[in-house]
Amino acid sequence: MGFLFEDDNFALFRDGFLQTIELSALSALLALLLGTLLAAFRVSPVPVLRAFGTTWVTLFRNTPLTLLFFAVTFGLPPLGVHFSHLVFAVLALGGYTASFVCEVIRSGINTVPLGQAEAARSLGMTFGQTLTLVILPQATRTVLAPMSSVFIALPRNSAIAGAFSVGELYSAQQTFSERGYSIFAIFFWVACAYLLISATVATLFRFLENRLAVAR
Amino acid sequence: MSLLNRPATASVLYDAPGPKTRARYRLFGALSLIGVAGLLWYVVTALSDNGQFDADLWDAFQYTYVQQMILDGLVSTLKAFGLAAAFSLTLGALLAAGQLSDHKPVRWLCVGIVQFFRAMPLLILIVGLYYAFFAKDPMWALVLGLTLYNGSVQAEIIRSGVNAVPRGQGEAAYGLGMRKTQVMTSILVPQAVRSMLPSMIGQLVVTLKDTSLGYIITYNELLFMGKKIASQPLNAAGFPYIPVVLVIGPIYIALCLLLTALARWIEARGRRGANRRTSAAA
Repeated sequence: MGFLFEDDNFALFRDGFLQTIELSALSALLALLLGTLLAAFRVSPVPVLRAFGTTWVTLFRNTPLTLLFFAVTFGLPPLGVHFSHLVFAVLALGGYTASFVCEVIRSGINTVPLGQAEAARSLGMTFGQTLTLVILPQATRTVLAPMSSVFIALPRNSAIAGAFSVGELYSAQQTFSERGYSIFAIFFWVACAYLLISATVATLFRFLENRLAVAR
Repeated sequence: MSLLNRPATASVLYDAPGPKTRARYRLFGALSLIGVAGLLWYVVTALSDNGQFDADLWDAFQYTYVQQMILDGLVSTLKAFGLAAAFSLTLGALLAAGQLSDHKPVRWLCVGIVQFFRAMPLLILIVGLYYAFFAKDPMWALVLGLTLYNGSVQAEIIRSGVNAVPRGQGEAAYGLGMRKTQVMTSILVPQAVRSMLPSMIGQLVVTLKDTSLGYIITYNELLFMGKKIASQPLNAAGFPYIPVVLVIGPIYIALCLLLTALARWIEARGRRGANRRTSAAA
């Protein structure tokens, strides 16, 4: 267990930990933006946009994340797209998670009873008012719980990026293994780091849920 | 159509469109069609300008041994998936039984196991198992890792399913003098499985997708075979990475969609059965 505090091991571990957080945060941001856009497509009254959203979600939800990383890392450079490995990883992870975010938001909007929107419209509210004052506040509350499981899964999925040349926790684990430290000690510390991240995200969402909770 | 019927186009967000709105939707539709077509055209030309659709690059797939490699990879993937599915369902049932146990130590132990393995990244788990025990045989590292993670998730699904059965069902069974085991096996679990089957199959889709993690521990599953095909250039055309992705991606998507279709079919069947039951009771 003590190997972590020998030589420069702690620096490596810390860098990996920070890289995991950076990768997760950037992917979460991309997933949130892209997912919201896709959800808007999927509930729009324009059939072409709906079909586009549905196709995207079907493709990305049913493709293994490893294959996406593979496609981005080996498929884009031959096309003349050269980014750092971190950006590639963010693209793969963000695009993958966006499809899940989209589904969560869409089902959240669909759980708002039709009568709520009809009442708002018959009071003379505009589309923007209906959306921001009536529908989204109600949808947000139902969306939070499934959204938290999507964003707890995200840092866990980010470990795959380590196998595609991003220097995060998984690749720190690999380096330690190569240096010959006990696999169980390495596993213990890496597990602790991931549990810490998951617990933080879970706490954050619980805080949000409490903040937004209303007495019914 | 009566006035009370809502038109099929009514949604939470939009009122049923009038003639002007319909014209506007058509305009948006045309514009977005142009946009999507332009995007597709851009992607296809970018690929073909780069020579990704040249026959030379796709030559590899004409060789029998390459086709055999893809087939072998598919078989390995399905083998790992089959084993992991069977084991994870078994483990899930056991852990769920433990979580619902009346004995506190058993319950705490099982809850602890489930929470731990659900919070661990699957890759870290698989690679840990690979280095610690299965360096010679990556398949078992993959299967065991998938089993531990998905078994924990299945346990949560089964447990919440059992808890979601109306309380009266269990109480009535106890009232008839059944033991706890009898109540579980003949009253609660059959009803829980019926409502939870779609989620359980949904988790099996996740299991199938996660078999591709075998690529990282050099288990010769579909993606690993794809990498092998792509990284040995057969001719001067270069490395067929994009063709390999375009061949392997659809295979995974088709497999997952098949499983999803199965889940949807079972869900529809279950709903039909549930309706029949309520109407018979009335």
